[in-house]
Amino acid sequence: MSDLDLWTYSIVGATFALYIGIAIWARAGTTGEFYVAGGGVHPVANGMATAADWMSAASFISMAGLIAFNGYGASVFLMGWTGGYVLLALLLAPYLRKFGKFTVPEFIGDRYYSQSARIVAVICLILASITYVIGQMKGIGVAFSRFLEVPYDTGLYIGMGIVAVYAVAGGMKGITYTQIAQYVVLIFAYTIPAIFISLNLTGNPLPQLGLGSDYMADGGASGLSLLGKLDQVVTDLGFKEYTTQVMGSTLNMFAYTLSLMIGTAGLPHVIIRFFTVPKVRDARYSAGWALVFIAILYTTAPAVGAMARLNLMDTIQTGPIGSETGNLAYDERPDWFKKWEETGLLQYEDKNGDGRIQYYNDADPEFAAKAESYGWKGNEMVKVDRDIMVLANPEIAGLPAWVIALVVAGGLAAALSTAAGLLLAISSAISHDLLKGVIAKGISEKAELTAGRLSMIVAILVAGYLGLNPPGFAAGTVAIAFGLAASSIFPALMLGIFAKRMNRAGAIAGMVAGITVTLLYVFQHKGIFFVPGTEFLMPELGMGPDWFLGISPNAFGAVGAVVNFAVAILVSAVTAPPPEHIQHLVEDVRVPRGAGAAVDH
Amino acid sequence: MTQDNRAGYWRANLRLLIILLMIWFSVSYGFGILLVEPLNAIMLGGYPLGFWFAQQGSIYVFVVLIFVYAGLMNRLDKKYHVSED
Repeated sequence: MSDLDLWTYSIVGATFALYIGIAIWARAGTTGEFYVAGGGVHPVANGMATAADWMSAASFISMAGLIAFNGYGASVFLMGWTGGYVLLALLLAPYLRKFGKFTVPEFIGDRYYSQSARIVAVICLILASITYVIGQMKGIGVAFSRFLEVPYDTGLYIGMGIVAVYAVAGGMKGITYTQIAQYVVLIFAYTIPAIFISLNLTGNPLPQLGLGSDYMADGGASGLSLLGKLDQVVTDLGFKEYTTQVMGSTLNMFAYTLSLMIGTAGLPHVIIRFFTVPKVRDARYSAGWALVFIAILYTTAPAVGAMARLNLMDTIQTGPIGSETGNLAYDERPDWFKKWEETGLLQYEDKNGDGRIQYYNDADPEFAAKAESYGWKGNEMVKVDRDIMVLANPEIAGLPAWVIALVVAGGLAAALSTAAGLLLAISSAISHDLLKGVIAKGISEKAELTAGRLSMIVAILVAGYLGLNPPGFAAGTVAIAFGLAASSIFPALMLGIFAKRMNRAGAIAGMVAGITVTLLYVFQHKGIFFVPGTEFLMPELGMGPDWFLGISPNAFGAVGAVVNFAVAILVSAVTAPPPEHIQHLVEDVRVPRGAGAAVDH
Repeated sequence: MTQDNRAGYWRANLRLLIILLMIWFSVSYGFGILLVEPLNAIMLGGYPLGFWFAQQGSIYVFVVLIFVYAGLMNRLDKKYHVSED
């Protein structure tokens, strides 16, 4: 067993033991503890748990890679996934906390005096959460298989087992305290390598400042800032300038950001975290703390992305462009390069047979002419998977084995914490909204608690099955989860609080219209339920790719939300106002006074 | 608590929301997206300013906005006697 294996087993093993220890300590005895951790979680603690809940395998592993290869264009993820918390804190969290129930569909059902509205909300919630959880399960399997040399399946079973222990026994209570531990693990795992790399490249230990500092790895000879150096390195090889490359049009970036923000504020597994704090005031502060903890990672990520890209380019382009020995000889490639080649995530093809690696943008016509004069026959890095950036970063920078092991534990913590939060949102929608709310209203608390545990087990099994047999659409699903939440749940919640006149007909029509246009647009581009070959773009009718104002399907949730708002307001204006007791309910939700702990009726 | 009092509290709350959301919009959609090109002509250390807003500055402002909101709402709760204690 190598040094790295030993470190990885020890650190991952220690974190898992910690999670199980917390599970034994924090068992849930009541439905209140199972659904909302008894409603007594300190706002700072809840903020930390929310941050872990929110930051998934995608934030931890994929985002820096997205930034590395999209530069400025990836700002949509940075702003979208943080700015949503402002909407959540100002428009939803305090009011939903005041309402004081256990689930999001419960608010929608009560506010719109309608079981159908509640069931529509349950369906939206389950669709969004299941699609999201598949990604986490895959993340767990991949982390195990790549770093612990355990087969993908076995890794998945171990992950399912760990989540089952603390989520089934402890419910929200167990999940909350485990998420706090997981946050600590993942934030150290993310920031420590970033600090080392920032020091290497700029001499500044804070990555947030390092990204705006001078490039010092050459002793300051170039006189360029880090970003200036990166812009130069990538444009010299025909890639787009890092600090200005956009994602689609300006309007597309605008809509994309808006979609992610509204989607963030409408995701049920995040909203229910605010039901666990004692008071309305705590809900407001807790959202702020959550964003502080999230911001630590999200302001580090741009530095990780930019520095990883620069390190990668410099590793391959070792000398002046076009000179005979300016490119890394394939035989001299570093160990991490070989390791990632084995996984197929890095692929090299010696197109011009010179035994050296040329990595450049061969789609750029201007540079292609130059490349030809150097005797280059096309880009030879035929595959550079962006997901490897965070995982390979410590190795590229030559950091010690324990740092690499910590990154593995961090990736697992990020995936496990998000999976657990999603599974709780699913199981409480089943046991509380469907079973207790619709099917068997009279069941005792004890029976409901058992039902909650059982539905959690079923949810874990379903998620595990889908993780083992990922449906074809799994790749495109996270964006869909945001689109669904943005176009259905967020407008219904916001109008429920801010528009006293909003009624049942308006809310249901709005949700259905919003989700329908969003799904239609997505299906039109990516196939009906993502089945390949069923795309129905109609260029002859002016419906080519991104036909609606150049907006991509991933960014369309913003349009869906606008449709939802418009339809809801129009329909409610021409139908009868809600009954008087509902208008009182809205007035009551608007003031903090009189908020008890989250209670069942 | 009178109806008047409630209406006044709600109006004050909405006024605060509108101001804070205007700032929220300006730093992200305004400085980070719509005005990014002209702002990039200005440098903040090694950062072009528009790029900085999009990848750093807007996030810092978001954090501050939520704490300002929480603090001002606490005062509003007390002023209108609708706080929880």
